[in-house]
Order: sequence, then C-alpha cells, then structure tokens
Amino acid sequence: MSEQSPQAVLEEDQRSDTKELIINDFSIQVATVNGSGSQSSNTVLMRSIFQMGIPVSGKNLFPSNIAGLPTWFTIRANKAGWIARRKEIDFLVAMNADTAREDVMSLEPNRVVVYEETLNLKQLRKDLHFFPIPFAKLASGITTDARLRKLLANMIYVGVVGELMDIDPAEMEAALAKQFKGKAKAIALNKQALDVGRKYAADNLDRSVVPYRCERMNATKGKIIIDGNSAGALGCMFAGITVATWYPITPSSSLCETLADYMADYRHEENGKATYAIVQAEDELAAVGMAIGAGWAGARSMTSTAGPGISLMNEFIGLAYYAEIPIVIFDITRVGPSTGLPTRTQQSDILSIVYCSHGDTKHIMLLPCSVSECFDMAVDAFDLTERFQTPVFVMSDLDLGMNNWMSDPFKYPTRKFDRGKVLSAADLQRLGSFKRYGDVDGDGIGYRTLPGTDHPAAAYFTRGSGHNERALYSERPDDYKNNMDRLAKKYETSRTAVPQPEVEYKKGANIGFLAFGTTHWAIIESQDQLQREQNTSISYYRLRAVPFTQHLVEFFQKHDRVYVVEQNRDAQMAALIKLELSPELGAKIRSILHYSGLPIDARFVTDAIVAAEKGEKK
Amino acid sequence: MSTTIQPPAPPKQVNRIGLSVADYKGGDSTLCAGCGHDAITSQIIKAFYEYGVDPRRVAKLSGIGCSSKTPAYFLSQSHGFNGVHGRMPALASGVMLANRTLISIGVSGDGDTASIGMGQFVHLLRRNIPMIYIVENNGVYGLTKGQFSATADYGSKAKSGALNDLPAIDMCTMAIELGCNFVCRSFAGDPKQLVALLKAALAHRGTAMFDVISPCVTFNNHEGSTKSYKFAKDHEELLHEISFVPFFEQITVDYKEGEVKDVEMHDGSHIRLRKADVDFDPTNKTEALNMLRRCQDSGEFFTGLIYVNEEKPDFLTQLNMVDEPLATLPQERVQPSAEDLKEIMADLM
Repeated sequence: MSEQSPQAVLEEDQRSDTKELIINDFSIQVATVNGSGSQSSNTVLMRSIFQMGIPVSGKNLFPSNIAGLPTWFTIRANKAGWIARRKEIDFLVAMNADTAREDVMSLEPNRVVVYEETLNLKQLRKDLHFFPIPFAKLASGITTDARLRKLLANMIYVGVVGELMDIDPAEMEAALAKQFKGKAKAIALNKQALDVGRKYAADNLDRSVVPYRCERMNATKGKIIIDGNSAGALGCMFAGITVATWYPITPSSSLCETLADYMADYRHEENGKATYAIVQAEDELAAVGMAIGAGWAGARSMTSTAGPGISLMNEFIGLAYYAEIPIVIFDITRVGPSTGLPTRTQQSDILSIVYCSHGDTKHIMLLPCSVSECFDMAVDAFDLTERFQTPVFVMSDLDLGMNNWMSDPFKYPTRKFDRGKVLSAADLQRLGSFKRYGDVDGDGIGYRTLPGTDHPAAAYFTRGSGHNERALYSERPDDYKNNMDRLAKKYETSRTAVPQPEVEYKKGANIGFLAFGTTHWAIIESQDQLQREQNTSISYYRLRAVPFTQHLVEFFQKHDRVYVVEQNRDAQMAALIKLELSPELGAKIRSILHYSGLPIDARFVTDAIVAAEKGEKK
Repeated sequence: MSTTIQPPAPPKQVNRIGLSVADYKGGDSTLCAGCGHDAITSQIIKAFYEYGVDPRRVAKLSGIGCSSKTPAYFLSQSHGFNGVHGRMPALASGVMLANRTLISIGVSGDGDTASIGMGQFVHLLRRNIPMIYIVENNGVYGLTKGQFSATADYGSKAKSGALNDLPAIDMCTMAIELGCNFVCRSFAGDPKQLVALLKAALAHRGTAMFDVISPCVTFNNHEGSTKSYKFAKDHEELLHEISFVPFFEQITVDYKEGEVKDVEMHDGSHIRLRKADVDFDPTNKTEALNMLRRCQDSGEFFTGLIYVNEEKPDFLTQLNMVDEPLATLPQERVQPSAEDLKEIMADLM
C-alpha cells in the first residue's frame, strides 16, 4: 500500500501499541470448515457484542459447498458505527488446519491468534500473540458424542473470545437463548461450553497482551439484526404479495424460504386458509413464467433469483415488458456463471438487467443499500410494477442479502396500495369499451382488465409486440412504432416515481462520489477517512433507482470529477450513466472498481481516490 | 327510407346461461384451409356452448406455433394470452394461482409441448394444475415449414421424402406416469368424440390432457405420413363410444347391465362409455398403460378416454388457499397489521 497516508500509518502504529486498550474498535475473524456448525457460534458472538450496545456487522465468507471447505466469518465492532467490511483482521480464531498457515501469515504484526493447539501455529511468526487452546480436549470433557464435540468446540472459542475481550457473560447467555430459542437441552449444553471456554481463558491465558476490549455502549438500543433477504421477504409480505414462484439459487433462495416462514405465521385467515401461494418451480423459466401469469391475472407476484437465473428468464421478461405485465423480480447478485464463485458478492448484473431480453427493452431497477431499504423498496416495487405495468427489479447482492446487518426497525407501510389502472365491470359499463394499449392519460400507461371481469367488453388478447391499441394482432409499421414510442414515454413517466437519489453536496467539494447498493457503506466511511486523513471533502450521490432523474445532470455539472464506485470489472453503472449525459459531462466520469468477490471496503476506496487525485494533479 | 315490415326473427337458440353459439366464437382463423386445428377450434366452441360455460370466466392460454394461434379463434369474450414457446404451462399455473375461480384452457402443439416445452409440460402434469391442456398433434413444425417434431412416428415420411429415424414421444403414456388424472387421445376428424371428451374435461378437477391428432394439410398430409387425414381415418379405432351427460341434464338412455361404464365426475356430470371393439376400463391405470404400450408396438390408433381418476386433489386444493381469487383480495386481507410488524421487529432485537 504505497499510497498509505501519514495519518493512516499513525493509526496502524497506535494499533500495535499493546499497552493501550482499544475499545469497541476491532475485527474478529473465525476461520473454520463449513458444515462444522460454526454459524450458530458466530451468531452468538456477534449478538453478544450487539447486545452490549456496540455497533457491529458480520460477514460470512463461505464456499460453494456443504461440508469440508474453508469458511471465514468476520465480525467488525466499531464504536463510530462503520459497518462496511474492514479487510484488516485484529483477532483471528484459527480452527481450520487447511487455511491456518495462510490466515496467520496475512495478519499485521501484534495481532492476536486463538487456535486449536494441535495446529502448532506458534512457530510461524514471532510478532503475533498466540493462544493455543486444547479445544478438542475441552469439548470431550462435556460430551462423549463425537459429532456434538465438534459443535461444542465452536461454542468454547466463543467463551474464550468473550473472556479475553470482556464480553458480558449475561449478554452471551441471552444471545445463546435467542439462538436456540425453545431448545432447553441445546441451550444448557452450549452454556456449559461457553463456561468451559471462559474458565479456561481466565485460568490459563495472559490477556494483558490482548488490547481489544468490549465496553458497554448505548448505540444499538432498539435496533434489529437481520439479513437483506429476510428484510426483502418481510417487505413483500407487508406489500400484500399474493403469489411467489421461485427456483433455488444461491444467494437468493433464503428470500423465498424466509417469505414462506413468515407467511405461514401471518398470512393465514381464521379458518386456516392462506391468502397467498408460494410455489417452488421446476426451473427459472417456469418461476418467472408463473409469476408473469399471476401478474397478468391481477396478483401481486414476485420471483427472486440471481444472475444465472436472470439469464434463463430473459425471453419471458421481454414478453412481460411488451405485453405490459406487472411482476417484481429480486436479483440477489453474485459472481457467476455456473461453478464460478456463486457464494461471492458483486454488483455485476446492472447492464444485463437494465436492457434484459431481446429487442428494445429498458427496465426499472431499484437499488437498496441497506436491509431497511430492502424492506421499503420491496413495498415500492409492488406499487411501481402495478402502476407502470412493467417488470420492476430489486437489485440486492450477496453481501446485503445473506449477511446480518444492524438496522433501525422497519417502518410500517401505511399508504394505500397502488393497484394501477385496472378497469372493473362497472367501469366498462360506463365506458362501453377500452383500448388496452391506448394512452388516454398522456403518461404512456394503458388501462387493463383482469380475466374473470364480468363484462362482455372486458376481454382482450395478450401477445408480444405485434398488436395495435386495441390489442388486436397487427404487423402494421405505424402500430408497432406507436406502441414502441408509448412504451418509451411510460419509462420517462417512471423517472419521477422511482425512489429518488440521496444527494449530499459537500461545501467546497470539486469532486464527488457516485455509488449504489452496498458500496454505500464503504463510501461513507471513506468520506470520513478522506476528511480526516487528507482534509478532502467529497460530495456523494447515492443512486437509488434507474431510470435516472434530473439530479444526476446537476451533480455532474457541479463537480469537476465524479468517481463512480461499483463492484464489477466493466464499470457497468458508469457506462449506463455515460449514455445519459452529454459528452462534456460524461468526460467527468472516473471509475473505481472492486471485483474480487469480497465486499468493497473503505480503505480500498480511499487509497484509490488518493492515487487517482494525485494523477489528476500531475 | 324503407317501409318494408321485417318478419319477426326466429327465436335465438341459447344455452342454459342464455348465450348463443356466436358468443363463443372468436376471430377468423388465419390457418391453412382444412387445417385440423380449425376443426378442434369448432369443437371447443361447441363444447363450451353446450356445457354453458361462462366465457368471461375463461382464460385461454397458448405458447408458440400454429396451434398456439387458435385461442384467438374461439371465445372472444375470454381473456387470452399467447405466451412464449413451450412455456404456456407456467403462465397457466400462475393464472390459476392468482385466480382459482377461472376455467383455463391451454392449446399447444407437439413442438410446443413435446420438445421445447417438455420440462414445463411434465411439471404441470405432476402438479395437477386444474386446466384443459390440448396438444394439437400433427407430428410436424408447421409454422417453420415442415421439420419433424418429437411426436412423429418412427419411419414416417416427411414431405421432403426424408424418413424419421427417431422414436416418437408418447404424451399420453407420459401424462399417466406423471400423475395426470384425465388423459385422452382423439382425432380432429372425429367431432362427436372430441366434443364429448371436452365436456368431460370441463367437469374434471385437475389437468385434463388431450392428445388430438390434427393433420397439417400443408406439410404432413401426404402418403407415408402417420398423421395425415387419410391415415388417421383409415386406422382410428374406438376404445368405446363416449357420451356425456352434464350435471344439469337427466340421464335418459338406459343401457343393459355390463354394456356401459359410467364415470361420475365431481360436479355431478356423468361420462358414459359404451363398449366398442375392445374390452377396456379407463379407470384402471395399468390397463390404460398397457393399451398405450400395445398401440406403440402395433401402430394401432385407438382413441377415446384412456385414463380417468376423479379421486385425486388438484394443486390449488393442496395449497389450502382462500376460496376467492388471490388477485383481488383487498389490502386489509393481504397486509398484516402494524402490530404484527412490531412483533417481528421485537423478535429481531
């Protein structure tokens, strides 16, 4: 890191001074083997810190595998509230023989390593604090069951970390009770493991060399912890979703699975009957087809998938665009394709979504950055899709969808659903007839009827783009062109209806950030770093939807350079923005691209800005 | 101005819900003159009219191909959706999830079903989505000018003279194996049987699968084809003489014991099967499969109701949904309360 600033170096130095305690500002990484049951232990550890009032975030870096491959869980505690990924690790729990060596070698000096003693890591480096623990032996003191022993070893390291870092035992117990809700036997056994870990650490380890401590704060009171997929599922439920059809794919599966769990609890009437249908389809072709059929017949329908699923859905999505059918599609973006890196995160479906399918198509994309936006935008998406009678995409990603995030509780959506322009039998009685694809209101949006409407004039025939205003088959050039122009007009109308950007103009700033989705968390932390370390103020345009609004042009006009930061190789959003701007304004675009499959972090952004600005000034 | 007094029009013939045949017609067909598909369209119109189906409660669905154009030619008062190639089953499934009170009829072809749509077809059957699913089977891709389809018989000849060297997929066997509870095979040139089967299908709850040999007069009606009018007419043998007594009519004809098999449908209608050339019981799955096996081996062309089972629940029943259409449930019935959200949030703290 040749571009490291003096301030940053100073910060690193302070970190190595073990005499001074570092309170509520550290990251713990647990390296295990997947399928070993470490997920519950890591959740308990994260939750204990959260319950002490300390802002915390957790990221699970896992392989595309069920058991036997390395997995890392990183917990970041930060009193200032920064919850982006931080790539530097302060405290390593090394449980996996396969990765232990590399995990240890990648640490900065003076960091702490807790490890299974048989791994023999101590001789690897002289500049770290090593704590060998006989986890297996300790676990066998609790149970003779070999499978249980492995699981309990995981809870023992939680106890060790808790003791070394001053995590309140009462909060650990409360987190345990939450994790194993209602399973008294599991709680008792795990509590025993926690205690064994704590006791071993208290009796045998010299924690004076460990600088990291947890101290009670009051920054998480009233907050929730949830992953983006669950938040999206809740949004769908409170948006009154009636049909969800899906096909399993990482990282989106948990969205519809969680939806099914919540719906089972909250969407059955007194007689036990469901006010919804959730169907696991045979593939993505069918999943989207069912959702489109349901949307055509008037349901609030949704499917969720990831990039490869979107590829399969392409033809149907084009039909939904041309036939003007409401449908919400969640894309939880990941690295692909096939056996690519399906369990790693990216923002790499921007161009494939915005122009999804063949022919002239363009779609509405909502870009949530947080779990609360996953909730809110799910609600928005159903209103938008019914109002504009066009597919609406909610673009999450693996980092947001599958990791746990701290958030304020979600706000109840009080507004009346926008069911769009649907004519009833009574309306038809009054009107006599209607033009399905006519533009009566000048907004490009036609009126539709639902199958089953009890009026002789209700029916119309739905097909692709070959139709006139009355939905009759037509191959006439003027009919086709008029329809295309109206579709374009409809898209224009949607510009002011989609979630508007959050724009922050910094005083005196001549450069700006532009980002969307989870990149947000790295941006706001980087803004802070650049302010403190470089005395540089940078404005920030957080895009929340496509199509763009007029604010975009204004933001470019007011800055010399705009750094579009995104998590893909090809600067996809920057390319899309360039199409929107004049050549002069487009020339102000600079790209910062992160595409390793890991979530972007603030230091990466800060370093990139410093380097780029140095280049600009030459 | 004319002063001629018009004689009173003869009373219009109407069905039990007061609609005339004209109310069941659609736009003009754009298919080739003599196409088997048009004959099937006519029988759909007749069956729906005679059964007294409310066309406003019907959804017509199709994929891509000549057959898939036909929903535009019947029931103009019904909503229709011409989807993408091979994927009508998914659309139909979604429509029925959204509004379980609709009556769905899907029209497909042998290419649309047995090739590109095979995946969706088998899963539709497996789920038992309530709908009538008609495959207008001509063994050939008509709209793209005469390529063999996957139902073309082994050894049959294309218009170009090429012989088909791949085995045919038997959609009826497949349907029964996958749990379909109403499976029939018919012929576009046998209107009487087809109308009776269509009415029976309207009375069935679950997927009703039709394999209807429907000759393509332009690309597959020549000597050497096994899907031509001549071949079908010469070879058709009846499994039984089928008649249908809808729930709103009395059974008037009495047969002698053993001469007729009666199948009662869930809506109280009756299918009456009078013994023909063979001894055959369509309520017996093994017999049905054996019959299809025999046809495959011998090249015989038996038509009629091959398998029926009125006991099995359909997919919508299994989902335990409310009786009303999900599509139009009011906000208060589909949006949990603010208290519910509070409870969920508290659990996440």
